[in-house]
Amino acid sequence: MISVKELSVAYGENQQLTPALDKVTIEIDSGQIYTFIGPSGCGKSTFLYILAGILRDYQGIVTIDGKPVDPQKQRIGLILQNYGLLPWKNVYQNAILGAKIKDQPADEPYVRFIFQQLGIEDLLGRYPKELSGGQQQRVAIARAFILKPDLLLMDEPFSALDAITREEIQDLFLKIWKQHQVTTVFITHSVDEALYLGSKIVVFSPAPGKIIEVIDNPCFQLENLRARDEYYRMSKQLRKMLSEEWSKQ
Amino acid sequence: MVEAVKDKWLGAAYSFIVVLVFWGLVSWWLDIPIIPSPAAVFQNILDIYTSKMQAHVAASLLRILAGIIIAILAGVPLGFLMGYFERVDKILSPLVYFTYPVPKLALLPIVMLLFGLGETSKLIMIILIIVFQIIITSRDAVKSIPAETYHSLQSLGASRRQMFTEIIVPASLPEVLTATRLALGTAVSILFFTETFGTEYGMGYFIMDAWMRVNYLEMYSGIVVLSFMGFVIFTLIDLSESRLCSWR
Repeated sequence: MISVKELSVAYGENQQLTPALDKVTIEIDSGQIYTFIGPSGCGKSTFLYILAGILRDYQGIVTIDGKPVDPQKQRIGLILQNYGLLPWKNVYQNAILGAKIKDQPADEPYVRFIFQQLGIEDLLGRYPKELSGGQQQRVAIARAFILKPDLLLMDEPFSALDAITREEIQDLFLKIWKQHQVTTVFITHSVDEALYLGSKIVVFSPAPGKIIEVIDNPCFQLENLRARDEYYRMSKQLRKMLSEEWSKQ
Repeated sequence: MVEAVKDKWLGAAYSFIVVLVFWGLVSWWLDIPIIPSPAAVFQNILDIYTSKMQAHVAASLLRILAGIIIAILAGVPLGFLMGYFERVDKILSPLVYFTYPVPKLALLPIVMLLFGLGETSKLIMIILIIVFQIIITSRDAVKSIPAETYHSLQSLGASRRQMFTEIIVPASLPEVLTATRLALGTAVSILFFTETFGTEYGMGYFIMDAWMRVNYLEMYSGIVVLSFMGFVIFTLIDLSESRLCSWR
């Protein structure tokens, strides 16, 4: 479980501090996907960077399973919008990077299994520049799962992909996720994505980011979701809420 | 990739032929001993290479390679530290920028007074010429790595050493090799200059000696061989660049 209490972050120099997050408090249950939705610049990426241990300058208490965030001790998988692949490593080297940094020999059969599921087993010798966006993101997902993370953090990972590739990868992600049920924090600005992937949906306010509401998503993991009435209803309800909340500020 | 390599070789062959034709024409047109024909010079190289030139080539090669290697070993780590640690950069950058525009050749008298006429001063001169370019390039290469590149590794809890080996070294390698390649031209000139005194080995000595003996054929042979040597090192760095940095 991730517990966040009164988390506040501000950017800038001493004199002119711009608040990015304002007293965010939330408990994130293990084995769930929390989709965080908020307008651009609301601090949701900042929130993710704190969980990832990249940003350390904040006020409040953040713990993962009762311990403070420490990437050296915890296994944190990070998937970013720009894929975060190292251009000088080929697909295979990029995919096992997490395992390598953690000083563990990669579990070869498992690695092969993940490659196969993501359909990248024929690309292993290629460099990122030789891949399409969708392929690069598959490699980034492979890297995250090969790490066998305790926590998966995703920052608008699919927003740079075209619509068809995006839906494909969303499905692929869900399929692999179901086998592992890793606690996942998923940042998005798309209502559709928040509904499709999140078991809970966290709504952020415009900057400085506050949590407005945490919604249980009844649509999560329903078969053939995008064609269903529940999905349509929920989507409408969520959009209405967002437009009301976000226009208040 | 293969196409690019082929283009490069074609370009080299083309330039070589143009230079030869031009040289041949001038030599034929003027018909004076100070401009021998290319054919005569190449024949002379074949005749005297093993007996007279080899030792000089070896001496020059050793100096220039040692110079490059030492300059890289000293310059790259320094540049990396300056690029990665803001504080190191603040202390060292002004010094580097202040000394960078000083023509290093002008320091030759000082270097010679301090280190004598021997090998040490020749090596120091070569290193002085190359090392600044390598320091500045490595520093800028590290600085130009976007912060996001580090994020994945940070979230994995990578150590500082891993940041260097996994990101900084591979990311800046292409720039460092390019800088070395570009600095090489100047380094060969300096090599030639420092070999004109205080030694009896090296292509610089060979060329000047042939000149003094009014042996123009040998003088030209020396110039051709020295140029070829520079070209070979240049090409070797270029090849290792495309080999090591094929991800680009």
